[in-house]
Amino acid sequence: MQLHDVWFVLIAVLWIGYFFLEGFDFGIGVLTKLLARDTAERRVLINTIGPVWDGNEVWLLTAGGATFAAFPDWYATLFSGFYLPLLVILVCLIVRGVAFEYRAKRGGERWQRNWEHAIFWTSLLPAFLWGVAFANIVHGVAIDKDKNYVGTVWDLFSPYALLGGLVTLVLFTFHGAVFASLKTVGDIRLRARALALRLGLATAVAALVFLVWTQAHQGDGWSLAALVLAVLALAGSLVANQLGREGWAFGLSGLTIVAAVGMLFLALFPDVMPSTLNPDWSLTAANASSAPYTLKLMTIVAAVFTPLVLLYQGWTYWVFRKRIGVQHIPAPVADH
Amino acid sequence: MELAVAHETIARWQFGITTVYHFLFVPLTISLAAIVAGLETAWVRTGREKYFHATKFWGKLFLINIAMGVVTGIVQEFQFGMNWSDYSRFVGDVFGAPLAMEALIAFFFESTFIGLWIFGWDKLPKKIHCACIWMVALGTVLSAYFILAANSWMQHPTGYKVDPVTGKAQLTDIGAVLFQDTTLVVVFHTLTAAFLTGAAFMVGIASFHLWKAKRKGEPDGRKIASMRTSLRVGLALGVIAGLGTAVSGDSLAKVMFEQQPMKMAAAEALWDTQSPAPFSIFAVGNVNQGHNSVELEIPGILSFLAKSDFSSPVPGINDTAAAEAAKYGGRPTDYIPNIFVTYWGFRLMIGFGMTSFVACLIGLWTTRRKKFLAPEHRTAEDEVPKLMLTKNRELSPQLTKWSWRIGILTMGFPLIANSFGWVFTEMGRQPWSVFGLMTTANSVSPNVGVTTQVIALTTFTALYAILAVIEVRLLVKYAKAGPNTAEQPPAKDPTLRGPSSDEDADKPLAFAY
Ligand code: HDD
Ligand code: HEM
Ligand code: HEM
Repeated sequence: MQLHDVWFVLIAVLWIGYFFLEGFDFGIGVLTKLLARDTAERRVLINTIGPVWDGNEVWLLTAGGATFAAFPDWYATLFSGFYLPLLVILVCLIVRGVAFEYRAKRGGERWQRNWEHAIFWTSLLPAFLWGVAFANIVHGVAIDKDKNYVGTVWDLFSPYALLGGLVTLVLFTFHGAVFASLKTVGDIRLRARALALRLGLATAVAALVFLVWTQAHQGDGWSLAALVLAVLALAGSLVANQLGREGWAFGLSGLTIVAAVGMLFLALFPDVMPSTLNPDWSLTAANASSAPYTLKLMTIVAAVFTPLVLLYQGWTYWVFRKRIGVQHIPAPVADH
Repeated sequence: MELAVAHETIARWQFGITTVYHFLFVPLTISLAAIVAGLETAWVRTGREKYFHATKFWGKLFLINIAMGVVTGIVQEFQFGMNWSDYSRFVGDVFGAPLAMEALIAFFFESTFIGLWIFGWDKLPKKIHCACIWMVALGTVLSAYFILAANSWMQHPTGYKVDPVTGKAQLTDIGAVLFQDTTLVVVFHTLTAAFLTGAAFMVGIASFHLWKAKRKGEPDGRKIASMRTSLRVGLALGVIAGLGTAVSGDSLAKVMFEQQPMKMAAAEALWDTQSPAPFSIFAVGNVNQGHNSVELEIPGILSFLAKSDFSSPVPGINDTAAAEAAKYGGRPTDYIPNIFVTYWGFRLMIGFGMTSFVACLIGLWTTRRKKFLAPEHRTAEDEVPKLMLTKNRELSPQLTKWSWRIGILTMGFPLIANSFGWVFTEMGRQPWSVFGLMTTANSVSPNVGVTTQVIALTTFTALYAILAVIEVRLLVKYAKAGPNTAEQPPAKDPTLRGPSSDEDADKPLAFAY
């Protein structure tokens, strides 16, 4: 295995980590409208991710930065090519971060309501658009011989890509519902479980179609194994959810994300962004990567710091392990 | 041709707007993180409640501010790829490394520990809680370090070679990128400038509360005590940081003179080589025209800034441009940055920033410690201090009034100085994006249309404008409210094991969104 292949794996790990973690954040955001019945319940949901969402988002920044360092051409082609969808994602992430921090900083009903709407939409849109983006990456887009995307923005919304978006949206929402049942107490916990069942079934249908389509188009033995694992994990998660084993259900819904996104990367390899115009113009792990010195340096940095990050992020989850319910929510601040 | 120019111009405006905006929050984030950490440490060590209230108060303002710093940073991470794809392809091998390290080493640090700090008041033992904010402070400094190393490489590329086959820059020595003199002095200058910014912010808000307490009376002595401490901390920090900014700025000027002589000449609108070279305080007339009609100068100072003696020749714009044209091709005028902006950017940076430094110096003297004052002028810890000129002489009421007001009015000066400093630095580097290697015109994304760019520029500008209004209103609301002196630390120090008895199980969270 060459260094650029190692980096392909590492980039895949960063994106998978991002979707595992921010997946349930986005899910919780969507559930503020689907699951919560009143302001107190919305606050319960938001506070289940309160201490951790920012750290989860850094997985994205690291994936971006690492792609820049290890595969400059991939970074350049991807973000200049998918410009407008990415712009929407950025706007959402900006508003979403501010919404979490500022919502409770004033008492006014309208103020809080507006931020709550913002949290819902800015969670839903990226959850959908990341799926669209990844479907396009895997499927390939119109890349010319200078490695530039030459299609239009509408070309990015093919039926296959839209289905990809739908899959990530329902999958993340399902993952969020399982997370909610794990982190809350009281009535909302039970409703989260019931909703998780329905979302899980919807995910199963959409994901199966999408993954089988991908497999038929460009899969191999490895990607098939990942596909099977994704299906089994999803089934297992649903069973555990029905049995009330919330920890297991969450672990398995996470595994579903790992396997499904992992399958996309396996189907993609050794390309990083195939060209639909001419296979010779495809970006591959070999032709889009940095030189060995940088790759080696970044490998060392990653080997030292990734375990450290996992350690202290893991510790955060342990510190905030207690379930929360409406009784734990303090009174809102008074407005001046 | 027209289109290509528009292309580059819009991309530059977008980068300029989003980055300057990001950098409005960065200096306050860097300094307030460390200030809050210091205040919390003082509370943990002494147990005095004025420190607790000050920690909470400045912590709240810090959080309102950092939220914006974080979200605007996300844009920065991706816009190199969006608008500057040719740049990214060319430099990614070198430039991407510090950027990726920043995310992996610094951002994870900050974002994880800030979550622990915000939500952990009732979950973590005091000392660990305090350690968390120190981690955040460390993270902010690391983050500044890595990004400034990346930027310094653009100002002065080292530790790379250009691959003859691909024509791209390749990293050959990371140490040369992370520890070159440009990086070190830029980090020093930016951090000291950041602390000056935080200091002025603190002095301004504390002055507001103390001056109000003096005019209208304030029954709550605890509020005065915590603001009084904050004022002194801010003043002392402002003096130290201000000195550091001047010293580091001087070193930076010397490095810049070596590496980018054009920027130094542009900073002075020094058209012709002079020896010794004067420092121009201001010029009337059009600095762009190559001659200044009215000018106030201090002889020899520019020579000193550049070379540490008062008589060295400093090459002027015309000579430098001719030299660059000879070296890189093209016409000399291609190598002249916007002189108006660089000239005034440099002056306004120094002017606004140093005004705050002087204000802090005066403030530190007039509010000095009790033992330097005659007994009848000493004030208790929970009283508003008198502003004392000498041991026995208080400032006149008129001067006192203005002193407090100046404290409040200069609150944002270093912030303005920072923006001008960056505009000067970045525009003074033009036409290069990577000095001597790649021009800005060649850096843009060739496949991104002007329409797309206009949509993005409009979106960011509008969004940022709205968020600015929201953020400033929140800051004003919380700054005006002052410390909440009714708030008390958790009665017993929490343990890491969490609540042991069931009675605690339903207790509301100490902090919730
Ligand atoms: C509070 C803010 C502040 C203050 C009071 C000063 N500066 Fe500054 N300066 C900055 C804030 C700043 C900055 C915004 O942080 C910059 C932009 C880039 C950088 O590294 O720092 C900067 C850049 C900058 C540069 C350009 C470096 C380059 O382009 O590579 C020079 C030569 C100086 N400064 C010199 C000075 C001098 C001689 C000062 C006089 C006392 C001074 N600065 C005060
Ligand atoms: C936060 C502090 C910074 C500020 C306020 C700032 C400001 C600016 C401004 C005003 C421009 C526009 C210049 C012009 O239009 O002529 C610019 C350009 C640019 N800066 Fe910076 N900058 C900062 C830091 C950085 C850093 C850290 C990097 C690299 C990591 C960077 C990379 C660039 C690039 C790529 C451009 C576009 C090319 C150009 O126009 O020169 N900047 N910046
Ligand atoms: C143009 C180049 C820049 C890029 C790509 C960039 C990137 C970012 C990103 C992605 C964040 C959010 C991190 C998070 O989610 O936690 C951020 C925040 C921050 N950046 Fe920048 N930044 C730039 C310029 C600068 C400069 C010049 C400095 C310091 C001198 C700086 C210092 C900080 C700090 C202290 C924060 C806030 C705290 C935090 O990260 O959580 N940035 N930046």
